[in-house]
Amino acid sequence: MENLNLNRHISGQFNTELESVRNQVMQMGGLIEQQLIDALTAMADNDLELAREVIVKDNEVNQFETRVDQECSRIIAKRQPAASDLRLILTIMKTVTELERVGDSVAAIAKMAIENHGKKVPSLIGLENMGQIVIKMLHNSLDSFTRLDLNTAIAVHNEDKKVNRQYESILRELMTFMMEDPRSVPFVLNVLASARAIERIGDRCQNICEQVVYLVKGIDVRHATEEEINSLIE
Amino acid sequence: MIDLSNLNAKTNDLNTLTPENTALEIKNLDLFYGDKQALHNVSMKIPKGKVTAFIGPSGCGKSTLLRCINRMNDLVEICRVDGNIELQGINIYDKSVDVASLRRRIGMVFQRPNPFPKSIYENVVYGLRLQGINDRRTLDEACETSLRGAALWNEVKDRLHDNAFGLSGGQQQRLVIARAIAIGPEVLLLDEPTSALDPISTLTVEELITELKKKFTVVIVTHNMQQAARVSDQTAFMYMGKLIEYSDTNTLFTSPKQKQTEDYITGRYG
Repeated sequence: MENLNLNRHISGQFNTELESVRNQVMQMGGLIEQQLIDALTAMADNDLELAREVIVKDNEVNQFETRVDQECSRIIAKRQPAASDLRLILTIMKTVTELERVGDSVAAIAKMAIENHGKKVPSLIGLENMGQIVIKMLHNSLDSFTRLDLNTAIAVHNEDKKVNRQYESILRELMTFMMEDPRSVPFVLNVLASARAIERIGDRCQNICEQVVYLVKGIDVRHATEEEINSLIE
Repeated sequence: MIDLSNLNAKTNDLNTLTPENTALEIKNLDLFYGDKQALHNVSMKIPKGKVTAFIGPSGCGKSTLLRCINRMNDLVEICRVDGNIELQGINIYDKSVDVASLRRRIGMVFQRPNPFPKSIYENVVYGLRLQGINDRRTLDEACETSLRGAALWNEVKDRLHDNAFGLSGGQQQRLVIARAIAIGPEVLLLDEPTSALDPISTLTVEELITELKKKFTVVIVTHNMQQAARVSDQTAFMYMGKLIEYSDTNTLFTSPKQKQTEDYITGRYG
């Protein structure tokens, strides 16, 4: 089922409803992607203004979630979707939940950036690297959703390993900082929380990709091993 | 190769049904009305004690296939059937099979309720009287058991000797089901049993179907896909006389394998 053929329902109204809800997920994804880039920039550049902007915009993300969920429940009640339509609706509902949580993590990163503003915080190459990987993961997972691209979804799923490795190395690095200079503990804990938030975004991207696999193949891979998931590559 | 079936709940495998669990086996069935072939090489196993639904657009052959199962098509002069339908290993199209006794084992209920112009009681015991059973106590018992089985007893117990035409459409349909189960069939064929009923009566009959499968094997033809999804354990999708896909209902309605099935159940034009 490579192509959802959303415009081929006998009911034109149903086509419109599905298209509309799917478009909203893409818009929400676009917004969050920008939010993530901004939050990481604010953290790296110590940009207070940008960080505040990110926090304010999180409200928009939340509104998207509510709106999409409402539309999905209306579609379920009125249309009783089946097969790929049903999988699309389920995927959308779970994806917006994941995206909203990505939004929360992004807002948390922005808050840490504000708290650490003007303080002498250790700059970490690893953190920036991890941020870049996660931006790419989020972009590609949304891309795989839009294009129903199974292989991209699986590739993103595999990417999370890198994020986890980076996180562990950052953790070790930060512990060293704290041991060397106990006065840095409060700031370093903030950095640690940011690193943790970024790592969680990687996990969320992985969850979105699992939903894409379900949408495309109808197979639930949420608790599958990496080997099992990779065997689905086409 | 990794077995991905482990990733999802096990579904009924219809190919590996044991003979004990198979109520009916249809083998390479072709059916012709004159020159026109209405069924093309249909093969399937219908499991015992389950509800099997046939779905598909008008004219796809689902009712024709259902009618083959108790040889209703014998009544159509120009109809010719090739292939076998086996009821517990015996081909029902074998010359030695007595059609009347076959229809006692395989009961049928039609789209429009068709009670006889008799009392409720006489409708239910009609089949038993035909078999020569006239003992009052036996008939009374059979009447009550069947009406209870058809979830109608409480509504009619005080007016068993009233004319059956005084019942509502939904009640009449349940009466007809009671009449069908009174003679103790093994298989019940339901041909769009709720298409002439209102939504509440439809739900009552659907609830009844779920109860019926505890005692009988049920095969239902329905135009209402949601109904097939609600009541059946496995669903067969037919298109232009061919069996396109036959699988566990949960799988067929969430992840059908064939594009034609997908298009039909999601309301897309092919």
